[in-house]
Amino acid sequence: MERGGFLELRGVASRYGSTQVLADIDLSISKGEFVALLGSSGCGKTTLLRLLAGFISPSAGEVRVGHRDVTHLPPDKRGMALVFQSYALWPHMTAAQNIGYGLKLKGVSRTEIATRVAAMQSLLGLDGLEARKPSALSGGQRQRVALGRALAVDPEILLLDEPLSNLDARIRLTVRHELRALQKRLGITAIHVTHDREEAMVMADRIVILNAGKIAQQGTPEEVYNRPASAFVAAFMGAENVIHLDGVRDGGQFVIAEGAANAKASVPLLDRPLTSGPVEARFRPETARLLTEGEVAAVGSGITFRGEVAAVSYPGGHWRHMVRLGQTEIMADGTQAFEPGARVAVHVPAEALFLFNASANEPASTVSRTTPGKVYA
Amino acid sequence: MVERHIGLSIFCHVVLLLGAAAVGMPLYFAFVAGSLTVGEVQQVPFPLLPGDHFVENTIGAWNEGDFGQLYINSFIVTVGIVVGKLTVSIIAAFAVTYFRFPFRMTAFWLIFISLMLPVEVRIIPTYEAVADAGGPLRSFFEAIGLTGFLANTTGYQLDAALQWNMVNTYSGLILPLIASASATFLFRQFFLTVPDELCEAAKLDGAGPLKFFRDVLLPLSSANIAALSIILFLYGWNQYLWPLLFTTEKEMYTAMIGLKDLIPVADAQPAWNIAMAASFFVMAPPALVILLMQRWFTKGLVDSSK
Repeated sequence: MERGGFLELRGVASRYGSTQVLADIDLSISKGEFVALLGSSGCGKTTLLRLLAGFISPSAGEVRVGHRDVTHLPPDKRGMALVFQSYALWPHMTAAQNIGYGLKLKGVSRTEIATRVAAMQSLLGLDGLEARKPSALSGGQRQRVALGRALAVDPEILLLDEPLSNLDARIRLTVRHELRALQKRLGITAIHVTHDREEAMVMADRIVILNAGKIAQQGTPEEVYNRPASAFVAAFMGAENVIHLDGVRDGGQFVIAEGAANAKASVPLLDRPLTSGPVEARFRPETARLLTEGEVAAVGSGITFRGEVAAVSYPGGHWRHMVRLGQTEIMADGTQAFEPGARVAVHVPAEALFLFNASANEPASTVSRTTPGKVYA
Repeated sequence: MVERHIGLSIFCHVVLLLGAAAVGMPLYFAFVAGSLTVGEVQQVPFPLLPGDHFVENTIGAWNEGDFGQLYINSFIVTVGIVVGKLTVSIIAAFAVTYFRFPFRMTAFWLIFISLMLPVEVRIIPTYEAVADAGGPLRSFFEAIGLTGFLANTTGYQLDAALQWNMVNTYSGLILPLIASASATFLFRQFFLTVPDELCEAAKLDGAGPLKFFRDVLLPLSSANIAALSIILFLYGWNQYLWPLLFTTEKEMYTAMIGLKDLIPVADAQPAWNIAMAASFFVMAPPALVILLMQRWFTKGLVDSSK
């Protein structure tokens, strides 16, 4: 892992009663980095954030900020600020009082509070709203007041607990970019908890995917998207189609044996740590190409499945086909529709096919099918 | 009411008018009886319209009962009870809701169980405790031998120093009544509805427990405090049994006790007109409190529900 991380977690674990919520979390975050903690509900991402903020103590391990051990420091001594999912604004204070309250507690003079609050307001586009109570603000404005309150105390680290989940979908898209731009401009280190894959992808420098209290994979958005380290990550990042295959290593190639729905094929092994035997293949519906049976010979490297279209729908931008391959069903997108009942070939290019040794996988299949056809356009 | 239907409107108004009449009639009859002469007040049937002796009767009752002093006593005792009850119960509720300490729930349930023990039930032990507040300490020092030891070695009479009798004092009238299980319970229930995030946000901003209490919980509880102070004002003003038992000197009487003394007894002149005139002005402060605070109270409720 990188050396000299600004925020470091070493062997952090947390348990709630007899339940292990987090285990062996090692994470190093450098100054000014925007890190997204991504995972489905119950994966421990919120626990991890609360642990960073100091609301709970880890059962093992340590948290360091700039080489200072903060593991057992109270929340206000850590140089961190948190934007709550519910914003947790003081309902009886005005927007300006909300932003300035932390400064007031720190004993900052009245005039300086006014200056800083005014600066926050113009930074966040809240001018003219200073006298309003939170109940008189819109969701987006409340979110900005919450952000202003967090930033007013000039924290080194900004923690964001799904701050966009209470905004409606259209505002959310613009706020993503505003928040990211603001973070870059201020050069602040940000840790963003979310369960929204796309939100993590567009905002973060690095994505840390959590599964069952452990880090499943961390890397740039491009890495976790294109080189998922496990079947869980692949499924979580949208590779929802699962097919069980058999194959053997052969030099630089992984040779997939002929199956019920596919001919023999081989894909470059690259740096995949695969061993011979049963494998779980995953791919995204949009990476598959749908062809008529006659076109099969014309396509390049990869694997081709043969099946029958079971259903077709138009979620927007492309046609989504449910294709039956023997016992399993997969989804594949195409620019034109095939009629239900049509015999088709589904071609998956080698680079879009994720292969994992079946035995080593966590039971990840629960993730697939939860969000079929989720389209952001 | 979302429904707009003429029949429903009439029904609602009838119910409201009946309620208003039920509350207003006794006040009205006190006023009517208070405005008649001794002769007129004996009439059967009772007159429905007021006479013209109200001012005269009121002044008579006021002077006869020395209500100036009694009003002052009543106000001191009532305000003491209201402030005491609010302070004790909001702090107790804060402790029970926001702090983790051993026997927290035991403490809560003990407070809660005391709901079943109003003053009337525990009147004798309470009297004993307040009339001789030093008693338990005396017994304790006696038992451990400190009293005898001090008397023998220094001649200091610990027994005599630990006499604390609160009969005929304001503290004696107020202190036994300032613990309130129901107010504690109400504040606790309210605190439980305050989102945990607010507490966490306060911690992040560096607010200690007392800052959080003062800057967040108190302002948020203002509607509850307003509502409770109305209820507790009525409770304090209407106290009867405790002041009756605990005051022996006339200048420590509360207005309620003064009113009792004006009620005609057998073989005396049945001066119900005087008693009713006094009733009227003894009832007036609680009625005024409700009328004046109601606006504020409703406003508080509406603001907090947003």
